[in-house]
Amino acid sequence: MNQIRLVTVAGPPSSGKTSVITRMIESIPDWKRTCGVIKFDCISSLDEEHYRSRGITANTGIAGNLCPDHYFVSNIEECLEWARAEKLDTLITESAGLCNRCAPHLKDLLAVCMLDNLSGINTPLKTGPMLKLADLVVVTKSDLVSQAEREVFRFKIQQVNPRAAVLFINGVTGQGADRLAAAVQAGGKISDAAKMKLRFPMPSALCSYCLGETRVGEDFQVGLKRKIQL
Amino acid sequence: MSRTLEQLLCQPLCTVSKHYPAVSDFLAANGLDLSDFSFEDLVRSLSDEWFAGAGTTPDVLLEDGAAFFAGLLGAESIRQIESLEVLSGFDKAGCPEACSLMLKPGDVTCIVGPTGSGKSRLLADIEWLACGDTPTRRTVKLNGSMPDDSFRSSHSGRLVAQITQNMNFVLDMNVSDFLLMHARSRYLENAEDVVSEVIDIANDLSGESFRADTPVTFLSGGQSRALMIADVACIGRAPVVLIDEIENAGTDKRRALELLIQRDKIVLMATHDPLLILQADRRVVIRNGGMSAILATNDHERQLLRQLEEMDSSIQQARSFFRSGKSLTGVESLGNLSDNRE
Repeated sequence: MNQIRLVTVAGPPSSGKTSVITRMIESIPDWKRTCGVIKFDCISSLDEEHYRSRGITANTGIAGNLCPDHYFVSNIEECLEWARAEKLDTLITESAGLCNRCAPHLKDLLAVCMLDNLSGINTPLKTGPMLKLADLVVVTKSDLVSQAEREVFRFKIQQVNPRAAVLFINGVTGQGADRLAAAVQAGGKISDAAKMKLRFPMPSALCSYCLGETRVGEDFQVGLKRKIQL
Repeated sequence: MSRTLEQLLCQPLCTVSKHYPAVSDFLAANGLDLSDFSFEDLVRSLSDEWFAGAGTTPDVLLEDGAAFFAGLLGAESIRQIESLEVLSGFDKAGCPEACSLMLKPGDVTCIVGPTGSGKSRLLADIEWLACGDTPTRRTVKLNGSMPDDSFRSSHSGRLVAQITQNMNFVLDMNVSDFLLMHARSRYLENAEDVVSEVIDIANDLSGESFRADTPVTFLSGGQSRALMIADVACIGRAPVVLIDEIENAGTDKRRALELLIQRDKIVLMATHDPLLILQADRRVVIRNGGMSAILATNDHERQLLRQLEEMDSSIQQARSFFRSGKSLTGVESLGNLSDNRE
């Protein structure tokens, strides 16, 4: 089976993932023919149309009432098969975290986290494993804030993930996107989905609410539960 | 205060955090607390269950810690840049560029050329220490030699500080707290002194004064720009400062330039303003993505600069005339509006 370069891109909603990925693919001539994107989202997504309108091969997975990261893991094997059928050599998966508890990042494959410089100075400290376990952190919208805010934001990212490279990319003009393209093209490849491992374990159904319970109250709470300390 | 990486890893964390408050944030991000343990002892004290829950291993956590502490030490060692040279590559048509560009601390260089001509690309090449790996195939030399890979990876993206027209402060903090946070992220020992110096300088550069407890989001365009310039000059670490199309009103640009020169910054200005262009030592002309000429500002141009300055001063007088609520009724000529006509 031929090898496919797989890259996980994760970041909060509206952080600029789609724009940056589009700019990145467009920064290399002819890459559109062999680089595709799968978007994982919870409720709905218009991004597939956005990619297709730019001539980029794309598909969407809607997680519905499942956690998008759990949905991602249970479907990544099928996504690789789709990429093979489309004759892609690079597959980018794009997902917005739901609760910041999980991360789609896989061992030995490039993991990218995307954060928005406008989203508040403590965002890096709140983002969890999708930032902490990333190889590369992309910061968007930094052209709109002061140099000092950019520097402090980078500093906060490095408190959480000291080993990651930090790239400031302008998703509107594409400035810096070629650097991301170079990192992606140097990323790891995989042929057999069964050999992939998550970098961070995901909790399975924790409590009755994971299983669809809607009633509130102690009597209906089964499974793992933790009470708030007030 | 020089420390080695080994010392940081084996000193009690509560001692280390006195000099490096960021340590507690790093620990918190990993679900750990400050204690009398050293970082290495802390990692050894954690149970297998803890590592399973955190999705990490002792080796990975130790490596993370070493990378974090190395980053703290790296931030202290400010490398002095004596020269930065952009060696010519190719323009958008694939033709070789006409010239290379040598930059030294204290130099002011303008970048001129129409929108889309490749000014941003030139800056990006400097920012990323290009080594023939960008579309222009330019190469950047530091202090006369090519930076090695480890220098490139640790300094890429940190060399150029930018101040542009569409930048704003977005944090909900006052001026003093904001600057202190920036200074502390740089581990400046005398952070409070530096902050009050920055506020004084910024007030000096901006016509309208603001206070230490003014929220940064309340500052006017001119005040914001003045504060950004003072902050970049005194707190920022980047050796190269890019000023991109800053409007005239509200900031004394000439004094701002003097400040940056005095702090040994390499100053680049992307501008179409003839006054600024002639105040610079020289200008690099960008055409079709390539550096096509470097023009030094000569004595003849400096003579003509005086005429421009007189024109500018008339405009400034007219501006303050209207700002003070006066009327042009009865004014015969716009030549001298500084007279006190009520």
